[in-house]
Amino acid sequence: MTAFLEMTNVSKVFSAGIIRRQHTVAVDDVTMTIDEQSPSILAVAGESGSGKTTLARLLLGVIPPSSGEVIYRGQSVDDLSREQRRTYLREIQPIFQDPFESYNPFYKVDHVLTVPAQKFQLAATKQETTRLIHEALDMVGLQPAETLGRFPHQLSGGQRQRVMVARAMLLRPRLIVADEPVSMVDASLRATILESIRRMKQELGISVVYITHDLTTAYQIADNILVMYKGSVVEAGSVEQVIRDPKHPYTQLLVSSIPQPDPSLPWGAEGEIAGDPESMEVAAVGCKFVDRCPVAFAPCAGQRPPLYHEHPSRAAACFRYDDAPTLEGENLDLVFERQLASQPASGSEEQAAN
Amino acid sequence: MKNGAVLTVNDLRVYYDTPAGTVKAVDGVSFDLRPGERLGLVGESGSGKSTMALALMRMHKPPARIAGGEVLLDGVGDVMELDDEGLRRIRLDRLALVPQGAMNSLNPVMRVRDQLADGIRTHEPGDDRDALTARIRAQLARVGLDADVGGKFPHELSGGMKQRVAIAIGTSLSPSVIIADEPTSALDVVVQRQVMETLRSVQEEIGASVLIVGHDMGLMAQIADRMGVMYAGKLVELAPVHDLFTNPQHPYTRLLIESVPTLMAKRALASIPGAPPTLINVPPGCPFHPRCPSAFEPCDSEVPLPTSQNGRVVSCHLYPGEAA
Repeated sequence: MTAFLEMTNVSKVFSAGIIRRQHTVAVDDVTMTIDEQSPSILAVAGESGSGKTTLARLLLGVIPPSSGEVIYRGQSVDDLSREQRRTYLREIQPIFQDPFESYNPFYKVDHVLTVPAQKFQLAATKQETTRLIHEALDMVGLQPAETLGRFPHQLSGGQRQRVMVARAMLLRPRLIVADEPVSMVDASLRATILESIRRMKQELGISVVYITHDLTTAYQIADNILVMYKGSVVEAGSVEQVIRDPKHPYTQLLVSSIPQPDPSLPWGAEGEIAGDPESMEVAAVGCKFVDRCPVAFAPCAGQRPPLYHEHPSRAAACFRYDDAPTLEGENLDLVFERQLASQPASGSEEQAAN
Repeated sequence: MKNGAVLTVNDLRVYYDTPAGTVKAVDGVSFDLRPGERLGLVGESGSGKSTMALALMRMHKPPARIAGGEVLLDGVGDVMELDDEGLRRIRLDRLALVPQGAMNSLNPVMRVRDQLADGIRTHEPGDDRDALTARIRAQLARVGLDADVGGKFPHELSGGMKQRVAIAIGTSLSPSVIIADEPTSALDVVVQRQVMETLRSVQEEIGASVLIVGHDMGLMAQIADRMGVMYAGKLVELAPVHDLFTNPQHPYTRLLIESVPTLMAKRALASIPGAPPTLINVPPGCPFHPRCPSAFEPCDSEVPLPTSQNGRVVSCHLYPGEAA
């Protein structure tokens, strides 16, 4: 069985400077699989500089990897024929962070819905197109009558972002890559957007890669999570395991630094923050987190820790767990929990889409 | 000054005149800021919270104008009545701003030490060069920055360091009131935690009161002593932070708290039906009534007045108490 989308040992290095060339490893040797049979929501979490957005762009095929391969239905994304690439571009849809930048202010919002419908020939007739658009808007909780025919500035940020979700859904993709879709949306409207993303998985059987810095929303909507630090995966597994019981000191720091909306809970623990969290320096050898780690010991500076499979649905790249076996082939799939798509709705959608 | 408050805001109104009509961004807001307290003020975008923060220092920009009300600063009087010279004297010295996104508020072509020296020299001339250098060093140390940061330009600093520099500048003259407008909104969680810890320790050291404006309920729960909630230009509830989270009174506050995702439990994400009103077209009566699950007959016609009980203030017809 070929997987829908795979990344095998993918790295992305950005280089800058002419005389003193500097290299930044944005994504460092990541291997993962997204399959179609069991749609799931995967959160990719990390702070700025973690490489999470670069990972998203690699999945979307916007940038090529420096090494390793992104494989779409068994074929490297580089080698797709024109026809295959077209399908690839339809099957993987992005949702971006800024709900205003994604619009051309001179066009009505209808534009972002009708153009892709035409380009990908989703419907034979105009009535059919309209019906599909109305259906997609309904799905995200927008009234077509109150949304269509308006200019982007006439909608709120939350509404604009929901139109973007509807646009992605309209194309019946197999995978949606959402890069910080709610970070610019007000709290009271955030839930609606996250809820429509969750419905996409449940009702349409679409997998979602949810890129975020916010572990709380990741915990709420995702099934699995991958925590990145300076381009490397430091911890991965089910959200229950990784967020409720984090093992890597970096994940522990991230989780305890989230201010909880309850004044009786503490904010962080003593002595947890060491080093400069914003330093861009990365040690050439050893664990990337060693300078900031409160529990670093001898082996940490010597070599890079592999992912240890210390729980059936969790792996952490930290030498404290070296009595556990390493994660076979660094394949993150082994720790991710999947439910098989069982809802009849998603089955019929799948046939309709094919 | 009543009940020893450092800053008393009475019925403050800030309006924007636009071609489409008058926008009441701040519409009759009243509260006290007590000595040494951290008062959090939350609201969604467009609730008027930032406009109000800037208006307290009269730093609002046209077309915004003060349409009424007073802002009494302890020992100074009504800030709204001051002339330019009077304003210049109290800004930074008594009433200081730590702006949102220090990236854009620092001067990109001036070294950090010169930006710090600027305010000190203007308000307290007389320090000789060595004394001034020592003061700048001490101020940087206070916010956890090395002395060599003084010689750097803003672009050489990380986001968290820039925000610390903004705190260093804002507190350089030990003001009695610090207004922090979304001080950590663009920072990662760990850096946010460090910057807030810095702000808290400096504030406690100099004994200032802080008004923190923001939208992050979690952050407010952790940092504020008391908390106010703004909706459509009005302060709908004000209470000690613990009371507000355990027993919110205004329906908007309750729904806002319920809509915040937590790590405690996985649940269907709640959202508040509808959308915040555009301030040009605020619904009559209580501005929240079209979205309110508890709305009843007076809500769509009568504006609820603030009532106070046990140190809490709420503006909602469900609580017909003593007028505040």
